[in-house]
This record gives sequence, C-alpha cells and structure tokens, in this order.
Amino acid sequence: MYRYDEFDAQFVKERVSQFRYQVERRLAGELTEDEFKPLRLMNGLYLQLHAYMLRIAVPYGTLNAKQMRMLAHIARKYDKGYGHFTTRTNMQFHWIKLVDVPDILEELASVEMHCIQTSGNCIRNVTADHFAGATDEEIEDPRPLCEIIRQWSSLHPEFVFLARKFKIAVGATPHDRAALLWHDMPVEIVKNEAGEVGYRVYAGGGMGRTPYIALLMKDFVKREDILAYLEAVLRVYNQDSRRDNIHKQRIKILVNTIGQEEMQRRIEREFEEIKASGSLQLPQEELDRIKAYFAPPKFETLDDEMPIGSYDFENWKKTNIHKHRAPGYAIATISLKAIGQTPGDISHVQMDALADLMDQFGIDEIRVSHEQNLVLPHARKRDLPAIFARLQKLDLATPNSGLITDIIACPGLDYCDLANARSIPIAKDIARRFENLDRQHDIGELKIKISGCINACGHHHAGHIGILGVDKKGVEYYQILLGGSGAEDATVGNIMGPGFSAHDIGPAVERVVDTYVKLRQNGERFLDTYRRVGMEPFKNMAYLEQMYAAH
Amino acid sequence: MAATPALQVLTSNRLRDGAVVYWQAGAWVEYFKDADVFHDKPLADAALAAAMVFVKDRVVVNPYLFAVREEAGQIRAVEQREIIRCAGPSVRRDLGKQAKPSMEAFDVSI
Repeated sequence: MYRYDEFDAQFVKERVSQFRYQVERRLAGELTEDEFKPLRLMNGLYLQLHAYMLRIAVPYGTLNAKQMRMLAHIARKYDKGYGHFTTRTNMQFHWIKLVDVPDILEELASVEMHCIQTSGNCIRNVTADHFAGATDEEIEDPRPLCEIIRQWSSLHPEFVFLARKFKIAVGATPHDRAALLWHDMPVEIVKNEAGEVGYRVYAGGGMGRTPYIALLMKDFVKREDILAYLEAVLRVYNQDSRRDNIHKQRIKILVNTIGQEEMQRRIEREFEEIKASGSLQLPQEELDRIKAYFAPPKFETLDDEMPIGSYDFENWKKTNIHKHRAPGYAIATISLKAIGQTPGDISHVQMDALADLMDQFGIDEIRVSHEQNLVLPHARKRDLPAIFARLQKLDLATPNSGLITDIIACPGLDYCDLANARSIPIAKDIARRFENLDRQHDIGELKIKISGCINACGHHHAGHIGILGVDKKGVEYYQILLGGSGAEDATVGNIMGPGFSAHDIGPAVERVVDTYVKLRQNGERFLDTYRRVGMEPFKNMAYLEQMYAAH
Repeated sequence: MAATPALQVLTSNRLRDGAVVYWQAGAWVEYFKDADVFHDKPLADAALAAAMVFVKDRVVVNPYLFAVREEAGQIRAVEQREIIRCAGPSVRRDLGKQAKPSMEAFDVSI
C-alpha cells in the first residue's frame, strides 16, 4: 500500500502542529467558536450529541495491521472502546474530547493516518472498489489513481473552499461495488477499442435531499490527461455553481440545471485550455511510481481447491467468500453486521484481534467497504477454515454479506447532531426479524439502507429497500423507498408514501419482503421483481395494517 | 409562529470535552434531573442571556432552550433528540449519562 514520502510526512506533521496551536488558541479565547469551527472541520472534528466526533480518513478504504492497531488504541485510550466504520469507508469515534484531539492526530500521524479531507467543502477522501487489486474482474487497480487524486487535490488552492463538499470514487470493473454513480465525480477505468486504458468520467451524482445519478461527461479520457480533465470539471463547478443556497450548491444541481450537453461543453472548453497550457499532464513515470506502492503481494503457487468445513463454515463461504484473481486465494468479507449489533461498529478488542489475524496469516492489508464491512483481500484458501474459526470467536463471522441483514445504517439520532430519527435500532429490529439464515438465503440479495435524515449518509436512496427517518413534531417516523440501487444499474429509489412509526416500520418492511417472495418469478431478486411489478402491490401490503386500523 | 413551550430547560455542550450540560442556578451541571425548569419565558430568556457569559469565557458552546413537560410528577424532554442527549445512545445503555447506576431509566427504546 501507499507509504508516505518526505513531503506527505512533513505535511501531516505540520497539520498536527497547526491544529494543536488552533486548539490552544480556542481554549485561550483567542478564537471564537465561529472562527474555530471551520478549522476543526478541516481536521474531521464535529460536535455531536454527546461529545465531539472525530472522523479519520481511511484512503480508498485500505488499512494495514499497524493502522488497525492504532485505531484500537485510540478507541481504548481516547474513546469508549469502539469505533464506527462509515459509508465513506472512514472511521468515526463518537466520544472524543477536544483537548485530546491534537494528541490523537499526532498518534495517527505516526502510522501515516490523518483526518484531512473528511469534512468541509473540499474534495473528500476518495473511495474505491473494496476488492481492488484482488478481483479478476478489474482492468487495473483503481487505487493508484485515487492516490494521485489525493495528492493533486489535498492542497489545491482552487479547491480548498468549494461551494460544497465534493466526492470522487474510482472503479475499474463492470460490477460496481463502490456506488460509483452516486458520487459528484465518478471515474471508471475503461479500455477503448484500441485496447488502451483510459478513464470514463461522469459528474453530478449525489444523495441528500435531491438525489441524482451521475451523467456521462466524457467516454474516454486518455491516461495522461486525466488530471487536466478532472480539473476542468472542478473548475466549471467552482465557477458556475450557486453559492446562495446551501441546498443548491452541489454539482448535481448545476449539471441538472444546465443539462448534460451544456455541462460537457463547458468542461471541454476548460479542458482544452488546460491542455493547451501544457500543464497537468500525468507522466507515465509518476503513475508507475505510485502504482508500485499498490503492487499486489507475491502470490504463492497454491492448490486452488476450496476447503470444505463445518455447516457454519460452508454458510460463511456461500456469501462471504469471493473469487480472487490468483489461484489458491480468496477475498473474504468480514461482516460488521452481527444480528443485534450496530452496523459498522467494531470494538478495540476486535480491531486488535484482526490486526493479529492479519499478521498471523500474512495478510498485509484489510479494506473497509462502503457497506460498512471489512474485507481481507488476499486470503489463502487453505487458511480460510482457521480464519473463520478466529472470526467466529470475535463475533465477526456472520454469514450475511449481501443478504437482507447486511444493512447499512448511519449513526442516526443516537449520536448525530443532524439526524431527525434513529437508524440503528431500526436496523437491529429488521435484522432480528430476518435472523433465520435459511430465510435470508431464500430471500437472496436484498440491500436495506437506512438514513436518520435527508443527508442520506445511510444511502437510503440507493437501497433496494431504503428507509428514511423523519421528524414529526419531535417524534420519529420512517418513510420507505423501494427500487434504489447503488450498483452498476444505479437507480434512485421511489418513496412509497407516508411514514411509519418506529414501532410499525419493522413489520411494514417484513410485509414488503413477504410480498416479494409471493410475487417473484424465475430467480428474480427483490429489485428485479420491483422493477417488473412496480410500487403498488408492495404499497398495498405495507399499509395493510393501517388500513385495518382505520376501519 | 410556533407558541413558546410552557416549560423549558437550558442546555449546552462543554467546550473542552463536548459533554452535555444543563443550567442550574447560574452554573452548569451534568445531569438533566438537576437542571432548572423555567416556567415562564422571561426567566428562561434571562438564563440564556446569562449563559452567554460562559460562552465568552470558553466554558460552553451553543447554549439553547428546549421544551420539557411534566409527566407523572417528573420532568421529561419533549423531543426525542433531547431525551437521547439526556440519557446517551439508546443502543448503548452502558454509555452516556444513563450508565451511571444512580440514574433512573430513560424511556428511549423502540
């Protein structure tokens, strides 16, 4: 994985010193809260319901064992013994003291981590496919480009104060695991007809109160031109986006106001200007240098046979083991969705034990997925029974990857200052309703995503079943959305109707799922059945109890 | 325009650690049960004005008043948000103010 060079190390060290001084000045009264807030946000520090929350960047979702141990240490020393992995593949700690943050940043810097670009109106931590470098589907590993984008954007003077936050994801496979088209600027690594590798660039995706799927801006950008093209997109956004209404300032609003063609024209004009200036060419040597950091481990020559094990192991294999590019290896998903647990939460004991497991089985890195799970990208097949046994002891072997209990949920009103309703108890309730594994297998792929407010950190717009928490006069209600997708067939979910109470939402979801089971044909997934039959049959069943109650 | 709630409590977050605190007799306390309950608007507004001194002195940030109601002889927050701030996360009963053994249970379950 990427290692800091001298510049990176110095940059992060200076940022820690700057923030230490800023905290001192805040505590001494030299900075007001209004002056301090943008500074703390630039370092991922929010003030939430119970304490400060620190959001730590996990660039493109990749961690080594040392970094995992550091997160465990921070959880233990500065928080309450646990952390929360987010849908941006970052780590959040919810019980942080302001006075501790400079020390935490210093400890993070010692393992090449930081909280930069996790908040504020800047280019945020770039995300990628969590199977990057391991899947046999990809054209090439997307992470070198993510790293190049990070280096280009971190101190870019034009893009430090954008109109709003700006999210980029890079994918390289036909099967989208990174919710690519929901980003402000998705980049897809593609091959043209001549077999050259280049980039397909989109713009204008996003969730929040106005959800949009990104639109294609350019079908093929040459490798050496990619930074010039991305800069052109950012320039058009920076120049032309609204700044008068916070809800209208994302690039999705600009793209959908002026239209795809006009956006393409404006970007092209900037692109030609940047290219003509001769700047921002990406030299192959630099790309190769960065790529070298992401070189896959030396794969051994191994027997490709998959071990056979206990009933539990076989169930885990069904959903949590995925095809690897190298014979004798597998990709293993570690579910952070044990039934009854908070999606994405992990204790310091589990983090330390995972770091030990990585060391013991020679696995250099672990990935964080936007679905709030962890991934061992390069596990030897022959080690899987032993890995599984260790994960079982840690309550990390839930065999539900991609199934109905693999629910995404934001922290919601249990922690978040912006939330209108709780997400986690709803996720737990639904998971318990579908706990039976045979039933989960029968239902098949079904992605439930829950957000506690319209900001959509829980990706409810992209859920096959999405749930949005709303506030009605101080009481929590939950709207259901159906038909969303965060995959290559990205779609915005449709709102079913009026919200359900916290007590009624679980039963309503169960009736929706039962309706699917009755209506499905020929191995259809929930999403396929919804697309075939539409909202009506689901809606009729979901509101059935209310109709009885009304009569 | 929404009517001003009859009963209010003044709250804030402590600057140094972000902890939730409540106003009691011109100072800040950690537990909702100890908070002053304001029965009329002038008194509540006066407390909020007094609290701004503590903002200036870097003790707390963002003080505000929120609605409470009397229920079976007990004072309770009206909105779920404030119920959770008073207690702690409903999904981690072992954490937050609710974790203190002497604290009475807060009804925040679903």
